[in-house]
Amino acid sequence: MTTDQVIFIILSVFTLGTALLVVTLRNLFHAALALMATFLGVAGLYVMLDAGFLAAAQLLVYIGAISILLIFAIMMTRRLMNTTESAFNSQGGASLVTAVIGFLVIAWAVSQFSRVLPQVVQKQVDMKPMSPDVIPYIQSSVAAMGQAFVDPNGFVLPFEIASVLLLAGLIGAIIVAWPKAEDEES
Amino acid sequence: MSQEWQFIAIFIVLSPIFPAAPVILNHLLGPRKPNPIKQQTYECGIETVGDSWVQFKVQYYIYALVFVIFDIEAVFLFPIASAYDQLGLFAIIETVIFVVLLAMGLAYAWGRGALEWI
Amino acid sequence: MSFNIVEFLKSLVGLNVSEYLKTVVGDQAWVNFVSDVLGVVIISTFCLLIVIFLIWLERKVIARMQDRIGPNRVGGRYGLLQTVADVIKLLIKEDITPAGADKVAYWLAPFLTVIAALLIWAVMPFAPGVIGVDLDIGVFYVLAISSASVVALLLAGWGSNNKYALLGAFRSVAQLVSYEVPMILALLVPILLARSMSTVDIVRAQTVPFIFVVPLAAVIFLISALAETGRTPFDLLEAESEIVSGFHVEYGGMKFGMFFLAEFVNTLFMSGFFATMFLGGYRFFGLENLVVGGDWAIGRLLSLVVFFVKMFAVYFVFIWIRGTWPRVRVDQILNFNWKFLVPLSLALILTIAVLDKVIPADAGIYARSSILLLANLLLAMIAIEIMRTVARRKRKGSSVDAVLDVNEVEHHTHDAHHEVAAAH
Repeated sequence: MTTDQVIFIILSVFTLGTALLVVTLRNLFHAALALMATFLGVAGLYVMLDAGFLAAAQLLVYIGAISILLIFAIMMTRRLMNTTESAFNSQGGASLVTAVIGFLVIAWAVSQFSRVLPQVVQKQVDMKPMSPDVIPYIQSSVAAMGQAFVDPNGFVLPFEIASVLLLAGLIGAIIVAWPKAEDEES
Repeated sequence: MSQEWQFIAIFIVLSPIFPAAPVILNHLLGPRKPNPIKQQTYECGIETVGDSWVQFKVQYYIYALVFVIFDIEAVFLFPIASAYDQLGLFAIIETVIFVVLLAMGLAYAWGRGALEWI
Repeated sequence: MSFNIVEFLKSLVGLNVSEYLKTVVGDQAWVNFVSDVLGVVIISTFCLLIVIFLIWLERKVIARMQDRIGPNRVGGRYGLLQTVADVIKLLIKEDITPAGADKVAYWLAPFLTVIAALLIWAVMPFAPGVIGVDLDIGVFYVLAISSASVVALLLAGWGSNNKYALLGAFRSVAQLVSYEVPMILALLVPILLARSMSTVDIVRAQTVPFIFVVPLAAVIFLISALAETGRTPFDLLEAESEIVSGFHVEYGGMKFGMFFLAEFVNTLFMSGFFATMFLGGYRFFGLENLVVGGDWAIGRLLSLVVFFVKMFAVYFVFIWIRGTWPRVRVDQILNFNWKFLVPLSLALILTIAVLDKVIPADAGIYARSSILLLANLLLAMIAIEIMRTVARRKRKGSSVDAVLDVNEVEHHTHDAHHEVAAAH
């Protein structure tokens, strides 16, 4: 076994274990902490894939922002944090079906990828004696990503839609969580 | 894993040692005479009333929410900034639209009074 | 490009550690591993030990600013060993866990704080080649780690089973996440100018230090750095007179010491980061390339000195600000951020981005810099003018309240209406 494999196994066990804790812990705050640990494990997996930017983004957005938002939401909801209710509810059957469907979809996607993967690997092997015009491209994959965001032939539409989505999310959340604008004015 | 991230990985593995050493030393060196009064919650000498984990107001949530929006914006803007040399006029206009749309979100929250601390 | 202390030693004093390591451990992979471990240990030890000096420095400087003498007993006339004595005192304190504490969160928090404070140093370029690791996403990495470290405050506040601690933690987190927005936007400006997120590339791009090109971004960064490290005037994190001591009220002994340590390490990091992003880092008129006697690269050592001088100059400004300004109220802190700093930094980044493309590519670096500088100053003047107008209107609107300042809440909502009206 190579070092990378060992690290991968440790990271995977960590990610899956903490994910299991998220759904089994009764204390909601502890569950939120376990969720952060899961995010951290996923960030580690990104690093293993040489996607450093994605790992840092995972840290910045999911642990630094979404998790904080989650904890604030828990704290806003009175008495939710001391609940000792069972972690299981009566919707076991439905969630089992959902989980199986979700698994099948992901498995299908991964199998599609493994069909494409050999070609990608082959491409990389072909590129091994790197030509000078390839090297800067590979080295600045982040810049390439930035370019792809705003390239008309790239992802400019999803990029703009993302900003509209974020705007809609913000406005929606304020409307839901901030009902007192009218009361105060009157 | 690339050579660069190997350093970070080693750093993450080793870094707990540095805070652990003094804390453990403190644990060993310090006296240990616990008593109920000493372990009471310190709230200026007044006995604690009720549960510490009280409900918080929605204001914190709004700040965190606006922060999330700008955080995600940053994730998009950083790669664009580092690729700025290769970008044309179209790309710049796209980026400006992106930023202005999110600024509108901030303006909405402001106008709605959601940024007021109460 | 892992920690280059090995190569640094080689060029500096001709000590070839790399070859020596190779004979001991054999494989190149192991050489890399050992040099990485060495790098981690050197950086971390540096951070931990320098704090002893920093605390002494801060106490001494603040004392002088307040016309006091400061530490002057332990360790000679200048009280040099005062902090060492304090550390020993912390070490022999009793280790108390408050009743009803959430033990996991309570114990995890000080560790996470220090770990995050140490990890960000990995991308700090001390001198050419003297850097933990030159990540291509260096600045983004710093932001990611420091934003994740906010979680530690929540852990401390939650775990202590104390209302003051939890209240302090929530206030602190609200402040930290809020000020992260202008910090991110201010850091985008040097990245845009350098076309890279790597800290080394940003230093290399600063033929003209960025503070002379985009001073507004530097000021915004400095303000948000003050807030991010929880220093005066934004030291609500430990507002002694309001919430006893904020999120770490229930901590004692070395666990408290760890929060204290992280605060100082973070402050020093922000000083160094400011020096790197805006003051040209280790560069000083090409001094870093100086070579004496054929192959002795003394410039590298000198650039290390240059970096430290710059870093401590910024650190001194931090102390200076602390000695000058009183604490700001929590609503003022957050309003200032969301209603002034964030819009301003958004306007700044858009201005710089557009100007950067408008200025012809063949314009010289000095012409380019001066145009950007002018735009910055113009924007700053407009911003100050707007702030003045708003403040004047506010004063007129609520002059009675302002004089009496009795009914804080009403006063404030009154102001709020004016600000909303001004916005429309």
